[in-house]
Parts: sequence; C-alpha cells; structure tokens
Amino acid sequence: MSFINYSSREINCKLVYYGPGLCGKTTNLQYIYNKTRPDAKGKMISLATETERTLFFDFLPLSLGEIRGFRTRFHLYTVPGQVFYDASRKLILKGVDGVCFVADSQMERMEANIESLENLRVNLQEQGYDLDKLPYVIQYNKRDLPNVVPVEELSEVLNPTKVPEFEAVATTGKGVFDTLKALAKQVLTELRKGG
Amino acid sequence: MLSPNAVMYEEEVRKIQEVADKLAVDSRARTILVVDKNGQLIAAAGNAHELDTTSLSSLVAGNVAATGGIAKLIEEEEFTGQFHEGKGISVHLSIVARRIILVVLFDKNTTHGLVRLRVRKAVEELEKIFAEMAQRPQQPQVNVFAEITDADIDNLFND
Ligand SMILES: Nc1nc2c(ncn2[C@@H]2O[C@H](COP(=O)(O)OP(=O)(O)O)[C@@H](O)[C@H]2O)c(=O)[nH]1
Ligand SMILES: [Mg+2]
Repeated sequence: MSFINYSSREINCKLVYYGPGLCGKTTNLQYIYNKTRPDAKGKMISLATETERTLFFDFLPLSLGEIRGFRTRFHLYTVPGQVFYDASRKLILKGVDGVCFVADSQMERMEANIESLENLRVNLQEQGYDLDKLPYVIQYNKRDLPNVVPVEELSEVLNPTKVPEFEAVATTGKGVFDTLKALAKQVLTELRKGG
Repeated sequence: MLSPNAVMYEEEVRKIQEVADKLAVDSRARTILVVDKNGQLIAAAGNAHELDTTSLSSLVAGNVAATGGIAKLIEEEEFTGQFHEGKGISVHLSIVARRIILVVLFDKNTTHGLVRLRVRKAVEELEKIFAEMAQRPQQPQVNVFAEITDADIDNLFND
C-alpha cells in the first residue's frame, strides 16, 4: 500500500526482501547503502542478534528522484530468515508494495529456498495479498560459490510464473541494483494503474 | 482487503499538523510525531527537525506491530498505548483510529500526567479527522501518476 502525500508531494513505497536464513538479504541492503549518495539515503537500521543475525528487520530508507513533481521514497526491509521468526516476518509484510525473493543458489540450500518461498506465499495470503498480483522479483544470490544449482533449474523450481529474475553476488554487488530497479519499476508501474 | 493506496491531501495533512503543533505546545513535550502503522511519517512538531524522524517512525511502527502481535497471541484487544520511561526523555505512544500512532517524546519540562491529559484530547481530534478521511471517496479525482512513462521511471535510477 503505497502512501501518497499530496501535502509534502511524496510517494512512499515499502519493499521487502524475503528468503531463507543467510541467503544474503542483509548483504543486499548493505551494498545498496554503501553505494548510495549520502543525500539519497537515511540511516540503515539493523535489529540484529549479537552474532549479526537479523532479529526483527533491517531498514533502509532511500529517496530517489522526482516523478511528476513527487519525490519517490522507498523503504527497504529485510525479514529474519530463520523458521522460528515467522511471527516477525508476518508483521513486516504488512503494507508491502513489492517483494524481492532472495534465493541462496547453493545446492544444499534448495530445500530452504522452497520452504521459504511457500512461507512467503502463505504469510502474504494471511494479510490478504496474492504473490501473483504483487510487484515481485527473484534474485539468485551467491553465484560466486562453486556448488551452485544452474540458474535454469532454480528458475524452473522457484519461478514458475516467470517474474523478472536476476543472478547476483551480493557481497560484490553484482546484480544488486538490477534487482532493486526491476522491483521499484514494477511498484511505480502499479501506481500508474491507480493502485 | 485494505484500500490499495493511502492517499493524503494537503487539507488533511494540514489539519493533522495543527493538532500536532497544538499538542506540542499544550503538553510542553519535546517532540510529537504522527506516524502511520506502516512506518511512514505523516506530521511532526516540536524539535522533530533535530531527530532522525524516518528511523524513529520505522522503529515505532515495528514496536507497535510487535506489541500488536503479542496482544493477538494472548487474545487481548490491541494495546491502546505504551509508555517507556527514560532517564532524560520518556516516550508515550497511542494508537489512533487503529491505523495511526501518535508519539510524544517529553522530558522534565512536563509531567506524564499532563502529557496523558493533552494526548487524550489530541487523540479525539485526530480520530475525527481520520473518520472524515475514511468517508471521502477512495480514489483521487485525477491520478497524477496515470501519465508516468517508462522513461520517467528509468530516469530515477540514472545518476
Ligand atoms: N560467497 C558469497 N557470500 C555471500 C553472498 N551474499 C551474502 N553472503 C554471505 O552470506 C552470509 C549471510 O548473509 P546475510 O546477508 O547476513 O544473510 P541474511 O540472513 O539473508 O540477511 C554473510 O556471511 C554474507 O557475507 C554472495 O553473493 N556470495
Ligand atoms: Mg539478515
């Protein structure tokens, strides 16, 4: 649910990075944060455990340029990946405008990917959303590692509806902005339809 | 299903801002924030300009969402407010019309009692404003975004 403020002439949109634990969601946000001009970003907030695992969420506000006289702001959130944080994940999905599913390309994480994607669909449904109707992109992360599943196979299993998909290495930034741009573009295109 | 987009018009924001300004003065608080439950700031008064209101709004919304989750688990109605007492600054949170969070930051320049009293009045006024907003037609008369082109969107990302 994007928030359009005719007084401050701002559009605010909420993007959520979803995916299994350790797939690289926080790393995506960190890279975006590091590569964004100071005047276009706010503070990045990470509510994390002492071992740097996301406890509740990461939050990164970005302020892109103007469209038709309206400043576009994107609030990026990540969810905690571990299974037992499901209640927190549901909260973060409230009011979401677009979802990026970050998959971990490693062979041994395939099951975790599938489980997390199903969890995303169910949690969205509970909030009255349909993943197939939301702006939605998929990122295949950790492409630099040796034991990765071929992209074709990942796509077949995780992306049956063929939404935009991107290969990434979040630690070096490969594919990170392409993923974000594709998602932001879908969200703004949705606005054009009048929501 | 929720309304697809939350739209606020100048007139509405102005009324909310007036309530926030008045509350800042009457309660002698440091800062007033009016935040929607998704973490977007709607209005701010007092010394808000000295603070990182974007981060504050997101954290306050996260906090309220988490307590709301707790309330649901123990089958309590949503908690109507929260109070966090600090050494220097205390925080008073109230839920307005089930979708807005009114945040008051205050220090020794006032008392919790006075803050509570003034907040009650402000909440009533805000509820009236949001009730009126709920009555008005959902869609803006003109969708200014209908004209957005692909080029407009691409330009956003070109530094
Ligand atoms: N090799 C490699 N490691 C990555 C990549 N992306 C993230 N990581 C590492 O994976 C670990 C978990 O990343 P994190 O972003 O915290 O995962 P999250 O649980 O999804 O937030 C960290 O040690 C990252 O440095 C990647 O593309 N390649
Ligand atoms: Mg994380």
